[in-house]
Amino acid sequence: MVQLDAKTPAGPLPEKWRRHKTQIRLVNPANKRKYEIIVVGAGRAGASAASSLAELGYKVKCFVFHDSPRRAHSIAAQGGINAAKNYQNDGDSVYRLFYDTIKGGDYRSREANVHRLAEVSVDIIDQCVAQGVPFAREYGGLLANRSFGGAQVSRTFYARGQTGQQLLLGAYSALSRQVAAGAVQLFTEAEMLDLVVSGGHAKGIVVRHLVTGEIVRHAGDAVVLATGGYGNVFDLTTYARGSNATAIWRAYRRGACFANPCYTQIHPTCIPVSGDYQSKLTLMSESLRNDGRIWVPKKKEDARKAPADIPEADRDYFLERIYPSFGNLCPRDVASRAAKRMCDEGRGVGETGLSVYLDFADAIRRLGEAGVRERYGNLFDIYHEITAENAYRTPMRIYPAVHYTMGGLWVDYNLMSNLPGLFVLGEANFADQGANRLGASALMQGLADGYFVIPYTIGDYLATQAPGSRPAPDGPEFRQAEENVRAVTARLLALKGRETVGHFHRRLGRIMWQHCGMARNRAGLEQALREIPALREEFWQNLNVPGSGDTLNQSLERAGRVADFLELGELMCRDALAREESCGGHFREEHQYPDGECKRDDVNFAHVAAWEHRGEGQAPLRHVEPLVYESVKMSVRNYK
Amino acid sequence: MTAGAAPTLSVTLRVWRQAGPGAPGRFVDYPARDLSPHMSFLEMLDVVNDGLTLRGEEPIAFAHDCREGICGTCSLVINGKPHGPNRGVASCQTYLRSFRDGDVIVVEPFRARPFPVVKDLVTDRAAFDRIQQAGGFITARTGSAPEANALPVPKADADLAMDAAQCIGCGACVAACKNASAMLFVAAKVSHLGLLPQGQAERDRRVLAMVETMDGQGFGGCVNQYECSAACPKLISHDFIARLNRDYRQAVLRAAFQPAASEASGGA
Repeated sequence: MVQLDAKTPAGPLPEKWRRHKTQIRLVNPANKRKYEIIVVGAGRAGASAASSLAELGYKVKCFVFHDSPRRAHSIAAQGGINAAKNYQNDGDSVYRLFYDTIKGGDYRSREANVHRLAEVSVDIIDQCVAQGVPFAREYGGLLANRSFGGAQVSRTFYARGQTGQQLLLGAYSALSRQVAAGAVQLFTEAEMLDLVVSGGHAKGIVVRHLVTGEIVRHAGDAVVLATGGYGNVFDLTTYARGSNATAIWRAYRRGACFANPCYTQIHPTCIPVSGDYQSKLTLMSESLRNDGRIWVPKKKEDARKAPADIPEADRDYFLERIYPSFGNLCPRDVASRAAKRMCDEGRGVGETGLSVYLDFADAIRRLGEAGVRERYGNLFDIYHEITAENAYRTPMRIYPAVHYTMGGLWVDYNLMSNLPGLFVLGEANFADQGANRLGASALMQGLADGYFVIPYTIGDYLATQAPGSRPAPDGPEFRQAEENVRAVTARLLALKGRETVGHFHRRLGRIMWQHCGMARNRAGLEQALREIPALREEFWQNLNVPGSGDTLNQSLERAGRVADFLELGELMCRDALAREESCGGHFREEHQYPDGECKRDDVNFAHVAAWEHRGEGQAPLRHVEPLVYESVKMSVRNYK
Repeated sequence: MTAGAAPTLSVTLRVWRQAGPGAPGRFVDYPARDLSPHMSFLEMLDVVNDGLTLRGEEPIAFAHDCREGICGTCSLVINGKPHGPNRGVASCQTYLRSFRDGDVIVVEPFRARPFPVVKDLVTDRAAFDRIQQAGGFITARTGSAPEANALPVPKADADLAMDAAQCIGCGACVAACKNASAMLFVAAKVSHLGLLPQGQAERDRRVLAMVETMDGQGFGGCVNQYECSAACPKLISHDFIARLNRDYRQAVLRAAFQPAASEASGGA
């Protein structure tokens, strides 16, 4: 029976982390080199963890499926990173950042974790500046800030529209230094396909080399997963094509609980879908909402007209109308749902009717075209490349798209899952973002976990493991895991059916978007729970994976990932069905206020739902971790 | 914006197929019909690959990931140009509206000896990682950083550093150079870190180590034709190569004429 003990430290909220750090066990410096830590993933969380752990003296093996650790999808984050530095003297503080993040997450995150995140946010900026991250600066040479998605203070640090790239490259440079020093052994093009659990503890992984097809077992004293989010279950998203859930899913199948899988974030400002062949949706940074105004025509019959032909009086700036105090800057889930409602009413624009305008005409009048270009030039360029439209002349068209997953493997305060020795960082875990993530919080959380949490908390576990007690990678659990990987690979290659893996991925994505997307209801979720198992069965009968397993085979890679998505999608629907309330990114149509806002049920659902895998053909078990708020009072999120 | 009644185009793809690193390669023609001009070049390859799969042939291997021009994974030479016909974009940001109905489009991998072909259009660019590992960092152990605003950086320096730091590590500069030089890549990293006050302590060591590794990996020297900048999806300026040369000369001179500080012995 799984026990979910969050291990939240005692004491007043602002003291918890400081006190915890002085009380958890330490590993003797001479012993650190005797421990080998496996880190899977080298995005913002994995690279920062691998380098920081190596600096402490641990031996680190770092695995990435990309050809280089610099390719992780953290690189695509545009807008920025939050930190409670209060450099702008506008009243920011650790408490305010903590409070905004808890509220933004719709009171479904863990209080103590979020406070710690806000505390270490200031250290992250120091760390990144010391590494040479070229953050934007003022003329006096000090760091610049901007306000971002739903914040009423300017606490976001940024590097043009490429903040994620620069923060990732900072972590990559620290990782590169440790690789050169021999402290990190780097395995590229190595995809983790199973977790090895030995004596009830996570002690190893099985990886497949994507170029040679070689399958290898690796043992470690602890395993750290930093493998990102699972949004690609929807197929058409802002994620990189390679982003996948395989590492966390296979850990789930080995006993790690999966928490709040239904919490997905739909980002309001993406370039709309244009055709069936489409492989990817592109995000336009929500910083655009600082100066752009979102509108649709007031009248349905105007929806097909050119925007210039719709007079000002016939335009509905719906976010400004519905949320007068936050206006275009209201949180992502709120803005996305409002756009969907407008399109559902038939007032969506573009040929598909599935987009709304994001208009810069006012900003251009106020700042001049040059002023707008200076702030957002690269985003206007991206928009032009993709749509061939000039957004300085005509409004952009945007629509929400899947962008981030707040759910993930369950972890305690030390970021350890219910499987001892398995740690989960960044987007792959669930703890800090609640039911909705605020803008510029993902980079913060990934780097907080990697630079400033795991280096302390992993010692508390390793101190209980005698140095040298790590099993050799040839015990029965290791051999069984390798056989499992070989069997799945062989089965996929042997199917030789009639459909491509992309075909199944698209169909799964459509089911998920329709029934488990921006709005969900019981009938739809129940339908999805019938359709997904049927699709999965078809997949395992009619899939065609060409080629062989002993060479670079991109179809085989994707087939393994989609096989996992076909299971995860079902769990997401199950979770969405069980959560009979609306909160953050999880909107159940049955649970809303008359004005269409989320209706939370704090009496029955102020908890984390963590699902336990119970074997093939058996329904997973839903465990509950109550969310206890000592400092914050839960209230209705109000952005009006 | 949808295909609908919009005009479509049909092209012939002449694609480099190579089974593995040592295997001989050859061009194979594939027709691609009735494509929307709004389709991306990589989406066209997806569609062609779906067709090949259903016919029982092996799909074309090509590197890709983010499909928004920032991860640096995609790496096609399209009609002889790394990343295709348009300036300042990666292969994944190339759209079919840049081509005409009836075109024959030649698609090859990046070609340079330090980037061996893995399969079809995929190359091994680990040499770039090895250059980074040699010195492409500022040593800043986690937890040891001073307060971020303690060290002001003039905006002009920070902006110029950012211009260089934008490099996505794709290797188009190498593929575009007839001498397979990686100097734009190295110059971008050396300039980014060397322009910042935090990067001064290791400035000489960094440039010497990175250049030595670049040479050791088999990349050629700059021939001053600046094809690299023209092919760069981030349009990183070749001016940074001048800065690299200057930094390198200074470092060599300082190493030759300055007496090395005596190594302090360990604590008592």
